[in-house]
Amino acid sequence: MNIKWAALAETAGVSLLVTVAVVVVFALGNLALSRREAAVAAGTGRGVPALVAAGVCFAACTAVVLYGISLIASK
Amino acid sequence: MEHITFLVAVVIITALAFDFTNGFHDTANAMATSIATGALKPKVAVAIAAVLNFAGAFLSVKVATTISGGLVNEKAGLQPSIIFAALVGAILWNLLTWLKGLPSSSSHALYGGLIGATVVGVGLHGVNFSTVVSKILIPAVASPVIAGLASWGATKLAYLITRGAPKEGTEKGFRRGQVFSSSLISLAHGTNDAQKTMGIITLTLISAGALHKGDGPPTWVIVSAGLAIALGTYMGGWRIIRSMGSGLADIKPPQGFSSEAAAATVILTSSHMGYGLSTTQVCSGGIMGAGLGGPSGKLRWGMVRRMAYTWGLTLPAAAVVSGLAALVADRGNWGVAVVGLALVVGAGSMWLVSRRQPVHADNVNDAAPAAAEVPAVVAPAAAPTTLAA
Repeated sequence: MNIKWAALAETAGVSLLVTVAVVVVFALGNLALSRREAAVAAGTGRGVPALVAAGVCFAACTAVVLYGISLIASK
Repeated sequence: MEHITFLVAVVIITALAFDFTNGFHDTANAMATSIATGALKPKVAVAIAAVLNFAGAFLSVKVATTISGGLVNEKAGLQPSIIFAALVGAILWNLLTWLKGLPSSSSHALYGGLIGATVVGVGLHGVNFSTVVSKILIPAVASPVIAGLASWGATKLAYLITRGAPKEGTEKGFRRGQVFSSSLISLAHGTNDAQKTMGIITLTLISAGALHKGDGPPTWVIVSAGLAIALGTYMGGWRIIRSMGSGLADIKPPQGFSSEAAAATVILTSSHMGYGLSTTQVCSGGIMGAGLGGPSGKLRWGMVRRMAYTWGLTLPAAAVVSGLAALVADRGNWGVAVVGLALVVGAGSMWLVSRRQPVHADNVNDAAPAAAEVPAVVAPAAAPTTLAA
């Protein structure tokens, strides 16, 4: 019986890393968005840096999703 | 198409029926937590899942040329009667677990059915048991654990990062994220599972001489397999959605997003690496991890235990039913008719039993029938107080 433990471990490791990375980036985007809302509500500015940061975070998440779809489609 | 015999026609119809139960059973995987957190309204969620399952069926042009991925020796000749018996066992097990509201793997049911029917129809040498261990058993144990770990860590971090921000705002963000993460799971599901049905129908047509060896599936096969899984998905296995969405843990938007992200990642990475794993087990594992990683850290262990038993039972149970079906179906057309009749009677009676306590889009988020009545009693009592004040 030939079980490829290395491939299994690799799959597990990649899955763990990607999941945590995507959720962390998404949560940061979420946090930035709420900072902006707070800034606008408090009248301390329009929260442009926070908005840009949120945009970058969500764009990164979108890129990962598109890569995922391309993985399904190319099989 | 002129070669289609009675048996081949029956196999095609049964394959589409299995595809339908597959969609029906697995709506919960993608949509359970999105429905539970209110990211999507129940009816909207199943509609999105149905459309994406249908689209997923067309996404990949390279259809699996083996049904079983080497589990059974297909070269020895996978007879249509064996395929038929395998499908019967898989459908009946799918319906039974749905009736109990338990998410079980449709793929394992199909594999179990194929193994059982092959052992009876061909003999023990027809099954590659080492492939069963390396391709099914090990991923089956490892994948929910990995999804659970990933989801647990992601949930912890999601709460940690957003702890300073107002909850309403960040929860709204995570709910929006869930729309995308659950959509991705639906798409991947349609691609993987609709192809299994296409593979079954195509191989049956080849064995009947209606298609040449090596031919891809005809368009009508792709469309009908996509439609069957989409229709099943749209019907929504509400019982299973309830178990997964609110039976395992109380899921809040950050947890829902983390569990769906973990499930989608594990499904995509492992199908890329060539592991055929169960979407159902991965998604349930993700939800369990998110439940443990959440603020309360609570999990309903009774439900976890019932799910784990079901996962263990799926393959052998489907194998036994399919083995019996193969014994009878091998006798000729009358045997096929008897098994077909047994399938219709079995499926019909389970549907009738389900009508006693129906679960549908409107009551899917109520934890139990008793709990649903409490707000209904409180609400009218609260109204006069407000008026008086």
